Amino acid sequence: MNFDFSDELKQLRDQVRRFLSEQCSSAVVRRSADGQEVFAADLWREIGRMGWIGAAIPETFGGAGLGYEGLCVLAEEIGRALAPVPFGSTAYLTAEAILTAGSDAQRREWLPKLADGSVIGCFALSEGSGHPEPAAIHARVVGGFLKGSKWPVADGGIAGITVVVARDESGQPALFLADLAGVRRRELKTLDPTRNHARLDFDATSVERLGGGWGSVQRVLDRAAILFAFEQVGGADACLTMARDYALDRYAFGRPIGSFQAIKHKLADMYVALELARSNAYYGAWALGADATDLPLVAATARVSATEAFDLASKENIQTHGGIGFTWAVDCHLFYRRSKQLGLTIGSAPFWKHRLVDLLESRNAA
Amino acid sequence: MDFNDTPEEAAFRAEARAFLTANAKPRVGTRPVLRQGGLDAEAVVRCKKWQAKKADAGFACLTWPKRFGGREASPILQVIYNQEEGDFIVPRGLYEIGLGMCIPTMMAYAADDQLDRYVRPALRGEEVWCQLFSEPAGGSDLAALRTRAERDGGDWIINGQKIWTSGAHLSDFGIIVVRTDPKVPKHEGLTFFFLDMKSPGIEVRPIHQMSGARHFNEVFFTDVRVPDSQRLGAVGQGWRVSLTTLMTERLAVGDVQRPEVDDLVELSRRLRIDGKPAIQNAAVRERIAEWHARSQGLKFTRFRTMTALSKGETPGPENSIHKLVNASKQQDIASYGLDLMGAAGLVIDDDLAEAYAMFQSALLTSPGMRIAGGSDEILRNIIAERVLGLPPDSRADKGIPFNQVPTGRR
Repeated sequence: MNFDFSDELKQLRDQVRRFLSEQCSSAVVRRSADGQEVFAADLWREIGRMGWIGAAIPETFGGAGLGYEGLCVLAEEIGRALAPVPFGSTAYLTAEAILTAGSDAQRREWLPKLADGSVIGCFALSEGSGHPEPAAIHARVVGGFLKGSKWPVADGGIAGITVVVARDESGQPALFLADLAGVRRRELKTLDPTRNHARLDFDATSVERLGGGWGSVQRVLDRAAILFAFEQVGGADACLTMARDYALDRYAFGRPIGSFQAIKHKLADMYVALELARSNAYYGAWALGADATDLPLVAATARVSATEAFDLASKENIQTHGGIGFTWAVDCHLFYRRSKQLGLTIGSAPFWKHRLVDLLESRNAA
Repeated sequence: MDFNDTPEEAAFRAEARAFLTANAKPRVGTRPVLRQGGLDAEAVVRCKKWQAKKADAGFACLTWPKRFGGREASPILQVIYNQEEGDFIVPRGLYEIGLGMCIPTMMAYAADDQLDRYVRPALRGEEVWCQLFSEPAGGSDLAALRTRAERDGGDWIINGQKIWTSGAHLSDFGIIVVRTDPKVPKHEGLTFFFLDMKSPGIEVRPIHQMSGARHFNEVFFTDVRVPDSQRLGAVGQGWRVSLTTLMTERLAVGDVQRPEVDDLVELSRRLRIDGKPAIQNAAVRERIAEWHARSQGLKFTRFRTMTALSKGETPGPENSIHKLVNASKQQDIASYGLDLMGAAGLVIDDDLAEAYAMFQSALLTSPGMRIAGGSDEILRNIIAERVLGLPPDSRADKGIPFNQVPTGRR
């Protein structure tokens, strides 16, 4: 049994963590939070240059061929640093959709540009309130032209291309690829200003079909759920560290607040949730790399676990900080916002819990 | 990452499985074993026979030195054996404390001739050991214990009371920590011994638990004489020796408990809400998903521990997570399963109770799980202090001679 990342990947993790602590400091995140820039474009270029975006893309399509375990390691660090870059939209969703459902020509055309960061991708799924399920899809493609509105779309305001979930001429939901030039976009104000979101209005936009139907959509979501779980684990870990450091430094009643059991037990609970989420995510990393048959159940489990851990860690980090914790000046709220952003973006907890039990039932019936 | 055994591990697993297949019945498809009443005389005989058989085949205490009957195997092989044994119905419950905690403490502190005398009979299951730590006045605050030992020539005379001693009524020997100097601060006045449980002056009284079981005991000591040669560690160093024992405790616990999440899934399929299977109810589904995620998280946390073990690392205080999560989950699942049954959830009668009454049984055993072997609160303190590095709580008894520490009426 070797249920751990390899020494090479651990080394990569250390390098990435060091790099991001310098190049993606709180000041960089805050430029997006304060609206001074839409996203960290300089950081994005560097990330593309270093091959992170294409970590799991095969070398034949311009990727680094590092594999999915490598991409998971990167995802955790992106989450820890609150990086204001379109990493998930481009790497876990757009590139994955093209890898999963695209033709060889589509892969050859788009994957190298996604891998080096020169083209940003976004995944246009939601059409307002609701869960990511077939009944919620109304956008429609007729004669190769797409009509419909998608919102919110993470990174929709900065992406060059989009993978859209829409109905084909037979009315079945499927994946389509569109260039966003000429598509009407409206930038949206959201809970998490460190991440770009837009509404995309397609009015007879020319699209190409990717292969597969709803099964492909679900496969992309399942695989992305594991990668987002790593971002959530990274964010939760950062919150626990912040809360721990504060509890050591902050004195009340003549002693560090970390010596009070009320604080200790809170932090212990954050630790427990985080460790369970981390272990579930690790199993997900293995399932991604092995393309395991039980990947959907593993993904739902990792997603549920990681959403719970980041939610708990981000809110209790604020609580541990007391008054200063709910000011704009301290980073607690940035994690709290990101926790909700990640928790909602590809289907919220109730959706994934429902899916988890569906999969559990079909496994037990088998 | 991979989940395969190394060739050595695979060979050992096959060997263990062959032994178990030849000597025990597989567990698959059988009803859960609910230990309501503790071990009776017959069960003790079964345990002793099974342990001797294991020892003869070389599967007892795999990590122990060869001269005592072990294999000096890596801890990962012990984990593999436990995994395999978990698939079979074998007698359990008599040796966990002795072999998991008492003898390892002996091996760290006892003299060579003592080890020659005691270790092999313990490994073979011929002699049973218990651990005499907790007291009415010293549970979570173990170092507040009051049982006294006073020197009398080459002996010590012990007076006082221990409590929550698992299997004391079945034990031949015990390890005990007692107060030898009440005039110094509490941790400094303790000394550690092992003793013969048949010594004159020892009285064992079983405790009737809320679940109906009689697994624990009160043990009373009246002028019990113990030779100084049975002291483990220096006089006044008893706390340090106790920590050796307690470290092994958190590795020893961790059996699979029923009902598991799958039992709840099964139950939810059979029971109905609004005329439909309960498992179609959104609230039921959410709870099942949350418990499944927690169960799986623990399972894979164990895999990470196994990985560390196989790399030669020693698992540390982070292992407190298992009992902390499991005990509460057990209590919550039990209670929720009964809620789904409605009034019928009250019924324990064998012929009427749902799911072999395992939910009812767990409702009554889980409160004890949350307390025994380190309460939820103590486990959270351990995680906070020893994993996260938070400072200890400020203590009213710090640096004060033990006999001047304030006490309450309980």
